[in-house]
Amino acid sequence: MLDKLKEIEKSALESLAAITDQAALDSWRVAHVGRSSPLMQVFAGFGKLSKEEKPVVGAEANRVKGALESALEEKAAAVKNAALAKSLEEEKLDVTLPGRSVHIGRLHPSTQQLRRVLAILAEMGFQVYTSREVETDDMNFQMLNFPPDHPARDMQDTFFIEADGRSDNPILMRTHTSPGQIRAMREHAATNPQNPPPIRIALPGMCFRYEQITARSEIQFNQVEGLAVGKNITFADLKGTIADFVRRMFGEGARLRFRASYFPFTEPSAEVDVECFVCGGKGCQVCKNSGWLEILGCGMVHPVVLQNGGYDPKVYSGFAWGMGPERQLMLRNKINDIRYFWGNDVRFLEQF
Amino acid sequence: MKIPLSWLKDFIDLNGLTPEDIARKLTLAGLEVDEILYVGLPMPVYKEGEKHEFKTNGIAWDKEKIVVAEIREVKAHPNADKLTLLDLFDGQQEQVVLTGAPNIFHLKGAGKLEKPIKVAYAKEGSTLYDGHADEQVLMTLKRAKIRGVDSYSMVCSEKELGITDESDGIIILDDDAPVGMPLADYIGDAVLDISILPNMARNANVIGIARELAALTGRQVRKQVDTYTGKQAGNGTRNTQHTTPNLQPVTDLVEIEITNPELNPRFVAGLIRNVEIKPSPYQIQRRLKLAGIRAINNIVDATNYAMLELGEPLHAFDYDVLAGRVGQVGNLPHKKIKISTRAAKDGEKLTTLDGVERKLTSTNVLVCDEKGSLSLAGVMGGSESEVSDSTKNILLEGAAWNFINIRRTAKQHNLPSEASFRFSRGVHPSLAELGVKRGLQYMAEWAGGTIAPDLVDAYPLKPKDSVVDVTSQDVKRLLGIDLTLEQIAELLTRLEFKCQITNNQLQVTAPPHRMDIAEGVIGLADVLEEVARSYGYDNIPTTTMADALPPQVGNPVHEWEEHLRDLLVAVGLQEIVTYRMTSPEREARLRASESYVRIANPIAPERSVLRRSLLTSVLEIAEKNARAESIALFEVGSVFEPNGSDLPFEPRKLAIVMTGSRTASAWDTHSAKDSPHFDFFDMKGRLELLLSGLRLPDISYTAAGASTALTSSRSSFGSANHLHPGKSAEVKVSGQAVGVFGELHPLAKEKFEFGDSPVIIAEFDLDLMRKLNPTYGIKAVPETPPIYEDIAIIVDDSVEANTVEALIRQTGGKTVTDVRLFDVYRGDQIGAGKKSLAYSLTYQSDKTMTDADAAAIRNKIVKRLEQTIGAKLRS
Ligand SMILES: [Zn+2]
Repeated sequence: MLDKLKEIEKSALESLAAITDQAALDSWRVAHVGRSSPLMQVFAGFGKLSKEEKPVVGAEANRVKGALESALEEKAAAVKNAALAKSLEEEKLDVTLPGRSVHIGRLHPSTQQLRRVLAILAEMGFQVYTSREVETDDMNFQMLNFPPDHPARDMQDTFFIEADGRSDNPILMRTHTSPGQIRAMREHAATNPQNPPPIRIALPGMCFRYEQITARSEIQFNQVEGLAVGKNITFADLKGTIADFVRRMFGEGARLRFRASYFPFTEPSAEVDVECFVCGGKGCQVCKNSGWLEILGCGMVHPVVLQNGGYDPKVYSGFAWGMGPERQLMLRNKINDIRYFWGNDVRFLEQF
Repeated sequence: MKIPLSWLKDFIDLNGLTPEDIARKLTLAGLEVDEILYVGLPMPVYKEGEKHEFKTNGIAWDKEKIVVAEIREVKAHPNADKLTLLDLFDGQQEQVVLTGAPNIFHLKGAGKLEKPIKVAYAKEGSTLYDGHADEQVLMTLKRAKIRGVDSYSMVCSEKELGITDESDGIIILDDDAPVGMPLADYIGDAVLDISILPNMARNANVIGIARELAALTGRQVRKQVDTYTGKQAGNGTRNTQHTTPNLQPVTDLVEIEITNPELNPRFVAGLIRNVEIKPSPYQIQRRLKLAGIRAINNIVDATNYAMLELGEPLHAFDYDVLAGRVGQVGNLPHKKIKISTRAAKDGEKLTTLDGVERKLTSTNVLVCDEKGSLSLAGVMGGSESEVSDSTKNILLEGAAWNFINIRRTAKQHNLPSEASFRFSRGVHPSLAELGVKRGLQYMAEWAGGTIAPDLVDAYPLKPKDSVVDVTSQDVKRLLGIDLTLEQIAELLTRLEFKCQITNNQLQVTAPPHRMDIAEGVIGLADVLEEVARSYGYDNIPTTTMADALPPQVGNPVHEWEEHLRDLLVAVGLQEIVTYRMTSPEREARLRASESYVRIANPIAPERSVLRRSLLTSVLEIAEKNARAESIALFEVGSVFEPNGSDLPFEPRKLAIVMTGSRTASAWDTHSAKDSPHFDFFDMKGRLELLLSGLRLPDISYTAAGASTALTSSRSSFGSANHLHPGKSAEVKVSGQAVGVFGELHPLAKEKFEFGDSPVIIAEFDLDLMRKLNPTYGIKAVPETPPIYEDIAIIVDDSVEANTVEALIRQTGGKTVTDVRLFDVYRGDQIGAGKKSLAYSLTYQSDKTMTDADAAAIRNKIVKRLEQTIGAKLRS
């Protein structure tokens, strides 16, 4: 009997060794450890054995059973691993195929840039003030120290609106966000005309100029202005505030310079250039070989403007600066055609 | 304005300053240099990685190779009729040079020239511009044989040297040109192209720039060598050189009458007799050309040259024409020429020297004599009295005009000119006298002739030189720098302000050439600007505002709209920003409006009005992008509604357009064509998310039908004719209609170029929406397990889904936490006129529910549906 068990074990292990797949393994299980397997027959015939044989055969039969079962377990793991390895091998993707896309929404690039600018201004304490796009000549020009026939009006070609009986004060499309300066100052001054409160605001919005639409000029564009009015505001503060803004906007290392300039509603006025971030100041197409990019205009609020806003220029002073989000985007992203912005081709918009 | 440095050097010592140094100083002080054009002087060499500072252009002339030479004889070319051979001396040796220059051709075969002709001579190996190329192309002179004659060098045209693009003839230098001198040393130049802003109009001339440079470098403007020796008006000194005492003074011959000093504060005239009209000296022509002015003849050039130098535009009359008009003959006039200035009469006519007959208005100002008008003051002369080649005697006008009239006149007649540019920005009357004297002086130098004694000078409106008081505190308060009165005075004196310190303040008087300095608090700002410029913006420190930060109150309206944009982006919509200007015809494709805010000066007919329909703008962009597989666009912005002759209303709107594929195509799924298209419910789903994101409560959707007329306080969406009557809805929040949406009506869609897929649109009134009160707070997330159960009921087709859902919710009470319609079926199985609605119900309460609990509620619901709307449970 012991020999038979040895034989059973040997032949079972031999046939197990040859097995490579799950089906053969299943039949092996039936044939060698199943109910009618020779090994189980040994257990079934246990009753017929003598008292002496029982413990010896029993121990040996159990050993063989254990050996076959653990061999089976081991083989099953091997077969499973082999199968897995095979299927992993077969499931290899072409990872260069394109990914599956989803339609997503985006903000218009101008809105994105406006937000960047306004977020910086908000951190600096300048809060958003919006005002209307259609304005009076008074608000857009006269209150801002552009008298009728002033040569500075040539700098801002204007769309006028048909309106009867308003030859003194025609209606027009605002050429800049600066009429908002007058509106904001008047609103603030009205709260305490004797001692108007200080102002720090950001004025964003669409402005309009009578131009032909070309790669370089547009009839509408966004502008953001900053305005600070108070009792102790100096040109040095203007320089400090702009330097702070430029650092936040263009990075810590951005070099800038102030050039004297002219705007009717500020005096002294300056143009601010930042070192060309395309070429690092060496000179390139974008900066027209000058190494500098003109990024904003600024100045101390003109006394006439303070007066028109209800702030006494003998007591109050202030500064304002203005810039163009589309121009900033064009410089930053090397966009050479301004018409992209209102053309709204989704192939352009998708890139922001 | 273009300024040659050589000219500038007449007035200021520029030693030790490169053209870049000069350009940098001017640029920082508000005279921005756009370009430096090199015309002979050595150009800057930038090392690798070194910074450029200015746009530069032009050519340097090699000092060894390009020199002044003289032509001694002009000979015929043995084999070419049109070419000549020049015997030329370059200061070191004789050369033979070949040329086809037409301006030397007439001397061919004349033998040795009595007076050699001075020319610009380029030797072999010189780098020049190619005179035959259309554009500026550099070339190097190489030895060649032209028709059998050796050619290795050339005499140059202006084009070859980069002075102008004139290549038809060689440069003939002035007789005193030093033979053998490097041409770069003789006439090498660099030209600064300077932008003149309106506040800098006083500097649109060479002396103005010299004055600024003097202030910026601490140098002096060179004392102007005033060789004009005519008797100065009123001061009794007589000429010695160009004028002859025996001649009648101009005051005996001409008188001036100014009818309106506001229009014409000053009129000065001088007379020069017996001029010879010919070309100006080459040095003068060259400077004028570099400054962008054509050289005409010595008289016209003298007026232009004096204008560019001083800033006073001059006008030359043919004196004999004026005399002839009033019958004055010879030196013995029967009567004086009486010149008057006045506003033109409406409809009056004048033929200007460009030959155009101009119809005038009362804005225009005329210079007249007793016979009639002579010139359009400050803008253009008349044709009759203009200087011609045969003119002998010149009456030279220098005047001051009201800048507004000149500005309007130049615009009205479309006559921008150097004169009107200056007069329309204001020219100080003090320059009229200086200008006439300078002009006469140049005429006498270049055209011979004698200047008649005296000037006629009518000066009825002399501007007062502004006086401004400045203190150190003013400078501290506005500029933020500490300066003593002496320091302030020093900075201003450089700019020719007169300064006087008294007590604790500085009394500043503006220089007599400036019209841009006011008095009082405005004058203070004007003067402080000059202090800042003179001090240097770069030298002013950067400080942090010490002034109190105003209370931070935010801007709720702006923030609400930004939040709205974020929500729209989150539901997959692309924001666009479109033009405000459109045309009624464009908007009529969707719906016409009766009235518009109209542009008085539109750039094109299709941009003649301000938009009233934001939706049309968005539809136009969707149409433009129609080839994209999926279009989902929105815009937030104003529309413009007329308000009589007052400012229009600018209500804020939201418009959305969706069309095309619902999902993005991929390589293993479907093609874009097979993908389901956006429909009504894609839009509605997004709107639901939008409104819940805005936390607006109590939202209802009702079929819009054809009758919807959603009105707001001022605005209206109009009738919804552009919407599909069966696939559109009105959105109400707390009973207030705020928007409509749905499928674009097939007839409206036909007017646009869209593909097959339906176009889904939405339009909201943001002013209304913003005023609605949001509700905050969330529902607790239950911790007990829910029970899900599906029921399908059969109802009449006319029963609306929201009726069924409302009944389910009412009956189920708060235990039914969600009711979701997941299938709608019509078909044979349930019979005609019926539909099956399948709902998934979620039951949930504080305690764990059993199936039996759910069944009890479901039975109640089914019973209610049976009783109320005749529903049957579908088995
Ligand atoms: Zn650059």
